[in-house]
Amino acid sequence: MREFLLGRLNAHALPHEWFTIGGTIGFILLPLLALAVLVRIKGWKWLWGEWLTSVDPKRIGIMYFIVAGFMLIRGGMDAIMIWLQQALTAGNAHGYLGATHGYLSADHFQQIFTAHGNIMVFFVAMGFIFGLINFIVPLQIGARDLASPFLNTLGFWLYVGGVVMVNMFFGIGGEYAATGWLAVAPLSETQFSPGVGVDYWIWSLQISGIGTTIGGINFIMTILKMRAPGMSLWKMPMFTWGSLCSMLMVVTVFPLLTATLFLIFFDRYLGMHFFTTNLGGNAMMYTNLIWMWGHPEVYILILPAFGVFSEVVATFSRKSIASYTSQVLGMIGVTVFALSVWLHHFFTMGAGADVNAFFGVMTMVIAIPTSVLVFGWIATMYKGRIRYTVPMLWFLGFIGIFTIGGMSGVLLAVPPADFQLHNSLFLVAHFHSTVIGGVLFGVFAGLNYWFPKFAGFRLNERIGRSAFWCWIVGFCLSFIPMYILGIMGATRRLDHYDASTGWQPFYILMLIGGLVIATGVALQVIQIIASVIQRRQLADFTGDPWDGRTLEWATISPPPSYNFAVIPNVTTRDAFQEFKERGGLPQAKYKDIRVPYNTASGIYIAAFAFAASFAFVWHIIWLAVAGILGVIICVIVRTFNDNIEYTLTAAEIENAERSRKKHILPKKTEEGEDMSLWEFIKIAVTWGLGFVGLKRRVHGS
Amino acid sequence: MEADHELGGHEAASDDRVGFGFWVYLMTDLLMFTVLFATFAVLRNNTFGGPTGRELFSLPAALSETLILLTSSFTAGLGMLAARRGSKNQVLTWFGVTYLLGIAFLALELREFTAFIHEGHTWHSNASLSSFFTLVGAHGLHITLGLLWMGITLVFIWVRGLDSHLIRKLTLLSLFWHFLDIVWIFIFTVVYLMAFV
Repeated sequence: MREFLLGRLNAHALPHEWFTIGGTIGFILLPLLALAVLVRIKGWKWLWGEWLTSVDPKRIGIMYFIVAGFMLIRGGMDAIMIWLQQALTAGNAHGYLGATHGYLSADHFQQIFTAHGNIMVFFVAMGFIFGLINFIVPLQIGARDLASPFLNTLGFWLYVGGVVMVNMFFGIGGEYAATGWLAVAPLSETQFSPGVGVDYWIWSLQISGIGTTIGGINFIMTILKMRAPGMSLWKMPMFTWGSLCSMLMVVTVFPLLTATLFLIFFDRYLGMHFFTTNLGGNAMMYTNLIWMWGHPEVYILILPAFGVFSEVVATFSRKSIASYTSQVLGMIGVTVFALSVWLHHFFTMGAGADVNAFFGVMTMVIAIPTSVLVFGWIATMYKGRIRYTVPMLWFLGFIGIFTIGGMSGVLLAVPPADFQLHNSLFLVAHFHSTVIGGVLFGVFAGLNYWFPKFAGFRLNERIGRSAFWCWIVGFCLSFIPMYILGIMGATRRLDHYDASTGWQPFYILMLIGGLVIATGVALQVIQIIASVIQRRQLADFTGDPWDGRTLEWATISPPPSYNFAVIPNVTTRDAFQEFKERGGLPQAKYKDIRVPYNTASGIYIAAFAFAASFAFVWHIIWLAVAGILGVIICVIVRTFNDNIEYTLTAAEIENAERSRKKHILPKKTEEGEDMSLWEFIKIAVTWGLGFVGLKRRVHGS
Repeated sequence: MEADHELGGHEAASDDRVGFGFWVYLMTDLLMFTVLFATFAVLRNNTFGGPTGRELFSLPAALSETLILLTSSFTAGLGMLAARRGSKNQVLTWFGVTYLLGIAFLALELREFTAFIHEGHTWHSNASLSSFFTLVGAHGLHITLGLLWMGITLVFIWVRGLDSHLIRKLTLLSLFWHFLDIVWIFIFTVVYLMAFV
């Protein structure tokens, strides 16, 4: 009976080690507490009705950002833990917390680097990218919504399900996969990983990956079918192009991931033999399948980031993007080539000289369209009137670091060189240069660039600049030693090494760099808080604070739920720039709009999918069946519900537009500077003291 | 009047988008099948001493499954023609026939599976059978979901009559059904016929 009800769950699964207890408090209880406080202040009805069930892509985009930002801190803590271990463990150094070397056991160390990789790729980078695309793409193409608002909320909640699943092991189970972020087979088979760690890995990726595929389909429908009249494909803004290419790749490779995860699940759960070491399984097939998804995945992340940089560099150079056609062709080239390079991840597998040569050459060839893009951005700056705002700084940092990362990639693409550097820290430094320097910097540039559109006020520039410099300096401190260590022969994922290697000073330098980056992250959080405090001063009422060129700046900030009261007719690439030169948006009569109702179906379906996944992890059959039935029933109820839209009449829109104009607050007149870090600290301390004093007074009376 | 026209246009545009999106979905599903076909191609000879496909499969059974599924696609097509004409009874008849053929197909497939399992050749016997059960079973699961979808749509048509929403659902459903037919043609060729080459 107990086994029927609880499967393999038992009291031993509850947190009892220092890191599971810490993780449960930090990543399960604290977010729940924050949620409870939010509900207490603003009310559950507001949270549920206005946000959680919202189908507005702008709100969903902001929610993606909040979750991904939280996960950035979570994954960043993993990184610091990895570096701290490596800085401590040369030779026979004393161990702490019961570990032989450093303060982590070898198994725990492996779980941490696995979780770090999964979280950073799936839940940070993907979350940020989807957040940006959700918010910006509909605005940029002059659409009111996505093609399917329901699928959008469903995709978001499946992503959240994945996020919860990847943190769930802290509270229940106590172990995550110790297999590396791609759970390489046969290590991930039951024979070698009998615990629930790999199952948590499978299901967190599975549900968030299905959400990503759904999102990909939705954005392709939206971009190809819902552009404003006159916006042909060759007039689309660059960020939309990057997103389209990225989403085309999503629908091409995420199904491969889904299928592969099912196969490894069947191996573990049903005793099949796809990737096992016995009865005819073929583990090398797993490596092929997972990298067929895995390599395009990094291009899925980078292409929208390329799009962000194209927008940023054009706006802040006050020029339209140089050689638009070759830029777009560059993006398409990257998309196509990205699908035929996966084998460079395992040249050492022994596929033979011809196969290695083909994939080596393809990998080098992909540098060509990428360079076309880089030179295009530099050419855009040439003779431009450049403004060195925070987004532009992130762009310049990107050019430097991404180029280093790209060149080391071309070096790794040469199979003989790869045989030396395979699985070394050189490789780790290479992909961090491209993913941090490319994707994350792109996200940060995009966040600073579009924040006024999200919020109606821009971000603090002074603290933003400090955060940028912390990131750049920290990055160089961490990853230049890593390149050097890799060439010296240090392999990746070492929890312990011999003192005579002389590597320890480099590892210590890397840890210091990591702490500087962490300071940068803290400054970014402070930047946002300081901007909220100063929002009256930083407010933007024009909707166009940067003198932008594309359509998202044509509407007010933050945009109404329907984005545009009147959909503009587009005639040129820099549509909004054109309107400004001609003297404003053309006036047209308001018309009725069909608007979708908010819906909780996405949450319910994701919750049932989560329950089923959790049941599979713990072998609770009844819950798995109930979860799957729940998903099916919710889908049926949703798809056979025809009452999903209502009409917003022209008169209502006119009223909304008029009343908003009345409600605009006057800007504070004194043109003060952006708050400095020092001023922020003073405000924070004063507020803190006041809060404590207030408490005391309440206590006294 | 103009507003009505606008909203009618909205409906048509939305239909167009949904149809397009469904095609994209079918392509993603096809890619999942591609993985299963690839694994089958790699693993099909890894029988590890167990029987090969040639010894296990019965071609007449596979051929009758194929003919049943092809016929069901044909009747689904007739049902769609009836839906265009707006004839509710013919829609119910033709899709009813399709539904029964789908059930027959599933029954044959399940009979094949249970026979294998009774003889002791299950998915954990060897890699070849793992990939066989996964590929053919994934198709069978799609057929099952298609039948579920078809059954509910038919009940709605029975009760509510043919309206534009239900015709749209039928259009997508028939796309899905034809898609599964095409996948089955490949399964028939790659799994069954090639075992006897």
